[in-house]
This record gives sequence, C-alpha cells and structure tokens, in this order.
Amino acid sequence: MAGHVKKKSNGDSHRQSRRGTEESPVVKWVLITIALAFCMVFLLLPLVNVFAQAFGQGWKAYLRALVDPDSWAAIRLTLIVAAISVPLNVIFGVCAAWAIAKFNFRFKSMLITLIDLPFSVSPVVAGLMFVVLFGMNGFLGPWLQDHPLHLFGKEIEIKIIFAVPGIVLATMFVTFPFVARELIPIMQATGTEQEQAALTLGASGWATFWHVTLPSVKWGLIYGIILCNARAMGEFGAVSVVSGHIIGRTETMPLRVQSLYEGGSAASGAAAFAVASLLALLALVTLGLKTLLEWKQTREFERSQQAVQPVRHNETAFLKREDFR
Amino acid sequence: MSIELKNVTKQFGGVAAVNSVSFSVNEGELMALLGPSGGGKTTVLRMIAGLEMPTSGDVFIRGQRVNDLSVQERNIGFVFQNYALFKSMNVSKNIAFGLKIKKWKRADIKERVAELLKLFGLDGLEKRYPHQLSGGQRQRVAIARALAPKPSVLLLDEPFGAVDAKIRQELREELVKLHHDLNVTTIFVTHDQEEALEISNRIVIFSRGCLEQVGAPREVYEQPANEFVARFIGVMNVLDTEVKDGVARLGELQFPANDQPNGTRLRIGFRPYAVQVSTDLTLFPYRAVLRHTFFLGVMLRLEFELPSGLTLRSRMTKEEYAQLGLEDGKEVSLQIRNYRVLAKEDSTLPPEKEFTYQPPPTIAEHI
Repeated sequence: MAGHVKKKSNGDSHRQSRRGTEESPVVKWVLITIALAFCMVFLLLPLVNVFAQAFGQGWKAYLRALVDPDSWAAIRLTLIVAAISVPLNVIFGVCAAWAIAKFNFRFKSMLITLIDLPFSVSPVVAGLMFVVLFGMNGFLGPWLQDHPLHLFGKEIEIKIIFAVPGIVLATMFVTFPFVARELIPIMQATGTEQEQAALTLGASGWATFWHVTLPSVKWGLIYGIILCNARAMGEFGAVSVVSGHIIGRTETMPLRVQSLYEGGSAASGAAAFAVASLLALLALVTLGLKTLLEWKQTREFERSQQAVQPVRHNETAFLKREDFR
Repeated sequence: MSIELKNVTKQFGGVAAVNSVSFSVNEGELMALLGPSGGGKTTVLRMIAGLEMPTSGDVFIRGQRVNDLSVQERNIGFVFQNYALFKSMNVSKNIAFGLKIKKWKRADIKERVAELLKLFGLDGLEKRYPHQLSGGQRQRVAIARALAPKPSVLLLDEPFGAVDAKIRQELREELVKLHHDLNVTTIFVTHDQEEALEISNRIVIFSRGCLEQVGAPREVYEQPANEFVARFIGVMNVLDTEVKDGVARLGELQFPANDQPNGTRLRIGFRPYAVQVSTDLTLFPYRAVLRHTFFLGVMLRLEFELPSGLTLRSRMTKEEYAQLGLEDGKEVSLQIRNYRVLAKEDSTLPPEKEFTYQPPPTIAEHI
C-alpha cells in the first residue's frame, strides 16, 4: 500500500520537474545532502559501529560471545517469546480486524481505541501494569500462589512475574496493534460481498475464510507479522520491568545486551555488541522483507494496470461495432 | 413451479421491508423484480437465496420448503450487483470455486470450466484476474461462476447497474440469449422499468415492501392493477375529475360516468398514445396548443396546453409529426381514445401518492 503511494508520487514529481514552481538545482542538492548526511550520522554510522565493535576482537571472540551459555539462553528465550506471542497476536489481530471490519456493534469505536492503547502507553508502564496485576503484592499474584496447578500428580506453581509467562504477556501487550492495524483498513475496503458469494456457492464459513478472506488480506497480514515479530524480539522496556533480569533464565536479547554492556570489561563490551549485532541484523532483515513486500505489491499493481490496456482496446472495438449497428 | 413465496414478510428493526408478499415463478421463466429503490425487491431476492431469513412466511424452491435451509444448501446461483468476484483468483479458479467446494472430480471440473468459458466467450481470459477484466467480462465471469454448479435457479441483483449505458444494452441481449439457450429459471432485480419490460417473461412490481402486481410486460403496461403500477410503468396523464350529471369533468375535459352520483371524484389516467391529435380544428372535441416538443430518438414527446391551462402529454413518431405539419405554438384538436379510472372516492380523494421514482419517458411506452 505504502508502496503504491510512493511509486505514484515519484512519477508525478518526475513529470513536474520542469515546472516553474520547482526549486532551483542548488536548493534541491542542498536538501538532498542534508537529508543524506543526517541519515549517515544518525542511522548508518551507529549501525556500522555496532558491527565494527562486535567484530572488534575477531571472528572467534564474536562467535564465543554468542555461544556463551547465558547469551545463548537469551537468544533462545527471545525466539521462544516471539514464537508464542506473534502467532497469538496474529489470531487476536485477525479476530479483532474481522469483528471491526465486517460487523456493526455497540462498542466498536471503543474496541478500535483499545487496540491502539499499546501505541500510546509507555512500554515501562505496560510492564508495571502486569507487575501490579500478577506480582507478589499485586492483585492476582497471591491468589495464583495459593492455587497451584495440579498436573500429572505434581504441584506446579504458576509464576508470571519474573518468569517467561510475564515476558510473553508484556511482549504481546506491546505488539498487539501491529497485525490488527494492518488488516482493518484492507478488510474494510474489501467488504463482505466476496464472502457472501462464496456462501452462495456452497462454501462453509471456514472454507470461505481460508479460500476467500485470507488470500485477499495476505500481503497486509505478512506485513503485520513482520513488524510484529521485529517489535516482539526487540522490546526492552516492558520486558525489562517484568523479567527480573535473572541471567540465563529470564533475560531476552535486548536485556542481555544491557547486562553485558554494564559488565564493564572490554570482553563483555564486545560481547554486548555481538548480541546487539544480531538484533541489528534482525532489523535489516525486517527492512529488507518490508521493502520486498512493497515492491511485490507495487509490481502486481503495475502489472494489473498494464494488463488492462488490451482489454480497454477490445472494448472500444466492441463499442464501434455497436455504433455500426 | 420452480419458486414460490407465501406471505413472506421481512422486518428490519420493526420496519417491514417486505410485507406479506406471495408470488410464484415457473420453471424456466425469466422474471423481473421491479420497483423503486427501497421497494424491498433486493430483500426478496436475498430471502430466496437464503442470505436473509424471512421474519414470517414460507419460501419454496421446487416444492421444497427452504426456510430452514442455509444458503449453502439451497443450490442457487447468485450474481451480486458488483459481481463480487474473488479478487485473489483468476477467471478459471473463480468459475471452478463452487465445483471444488462441492468436491467435483478434477477432470469434471476442468471439463465444466472449459465448457462455461466457451459458452461465455471467455476463452483466452482464463488466467486473467478480475481487475484485469472489463465490466462486461466481469459480469460474464460472475454469471458463469454462479451457473457452474448447475443451480436450480439463477438470481441476479441489479445485473446491469454497474456498467455504463452503452454496454448495458449488449448485456441485456446477452442475458436473454443465455436464458434462451440454458432455460434456467432466472430472477433479476431492477429499478429500470424499461429493462424489465424489455427482457422479462413476467414482472413482479413492488413498492414500499408490498407487491403491487404480477404479470407479463404487456399486461402490466396495458392493464395496470392500480395507480402505482400505472404511473410507475411508462408515462401516464393523471386527472382528478368530479362527476356532475353523469359526466366526470376537469376543465373542459369530459368523461362519461353514467352510473356515478354527483360529487363523486374520479382519478382518471391515460397513456400519451391515447391522445389523438389533428390539425383539423373541427375533427376532435378539444382545442389545444402545442407547447413543447421533446426529441427522444424515433419518438417525440409532445406537451399540449388546453385553454383551461391543463397540460396533456402525447407522443408520436417523427413521420406522423411531419405529416401533421406540427410545430411549437400550433393549434390543434384532440381526443382521448381510451382511459382508465385509477381511483374513486365519493367525497374526497386522498392526496396523490408520493413517488420516490419518476420514470423517465421511454420508448418502451409503445410496446
């Protein structure tokens, strides 16, 4: 979607390039230089620096830093948290988007506002909310402690704060809007007629969702998942509050970077950058996928535009025939 | 009997969108549901399809009561106003969808799709996506998709609403030809009386959720059941007259009304073609002046003003017009050949019904 707009406006500015209202070449190049320089200093340079620092003590030190048991545990935990929270958010996001786009109900505008809440709440506050809710001195914490789960004859205490469930909850809270936000406008634009058509052709509700609804929101959904995943893996504030920073157990990658960096020694500093480089890599991959998706969408859009041409041609021929009669 | 509705009512939040409607459609018929916007005709179509459930009353398809059958179980083909093609599927897959859902064998699906592509002149377009098709092609795909699983009835909601006027005529002819070739029971919704008169075998006319008349095009045009039908189908001159000494009068116009007592008010209507015109001022009883001539293609619409200020609408061909040597401002004599009493009231007539839709003057009037 964003791709279309960008592409279009590019074309427009091209066509207008000799207009009298256009700025002089000097202004143009000064603006471009400022923008580029800004990006270099504030975005590219730090990124390059992360990799430079990470590899500062050589390949072996880099690899050693990553396979260090505690760092490895952080990487694993981050992947687990993302693997749980992203699919759950996809399900919630699709449900919420479906409800908002296809039905009319009383609390619809409230639901839309609620979905946006994580964007407007500071992640630290989000983390604190869970601590207040599930912590030892919190609202539900003591109850949970008194009611352990009985499974396979064992007593299992449900621990949420300073444990993995808390981290998953905090991550889900922070990443909740991404999928729903992407899907709502697409589903609203599509309407319900295609689904109704599938029903009249004998399709069940599930078949309709699978064959009609999902394909029509495919790209938006993938886009939402990528953004959601990037945020889930990179979240620091909310996770920091609920995790308790137990090394090797409740440290995710961003938390590991911080604790390594605060270790002080040259070795732990380099190790911090090694873990950070993985997060930076994730960011780059996300950006790459995002660009690829936008490019794919634009190309599909343009291809469809081109493909319409011969059809239009046929139709005028057909109209001429009609006139002739 | 392919389809039958018995006292079907549909209420939306206490308002009756469809009010106790009963009619039946014969096997193989091409039926039009006609009425002004908001008349309830689309709701009736959607209730036959099972997309809406009636509040009360019964719907039968081929003798089977289908009230409790879901839309999937009714074996109907439905064509939506904007076609609702599956955007993520190409033409072949759109047409094959219903067959795949009904678990046809792959070879059979392939054969059926090829057959439909050929029938609808879509050969060579099977790999196109809906956005790569013209309006007419989209409609053909939509109809092919609806017909693929061999439904017992084809339902079309405003099938010609989404294309421009020029292609509309071609599509109408296509639908008639298709119906003739396949002989599948077809019901379509339209608000265009000309369209309904032109292509349907029979017309069901609705207004404000009520059924006004069912009949063949000629029947509803020549013998409208009531004032609404008379005025909705084609153009009609309507006069509110009062009976005096066995004659209904308005201005200088007089209509025999022997059996009516004095003071009875009659609403009288007649078609423009019922107004006969002559330049011989002594030939017909009424004098009038031609005020306006409207050009409608082959036909001309004429507005005559009588000395009392009454305006009558008439129409004739260009040839007749030339033969009579008419022009605006010319004086003529008129007579009214046949007319109908639309409403009768002993003392007072209700105010004229309000119409949300004023039918445009059309050639269809001369069927």
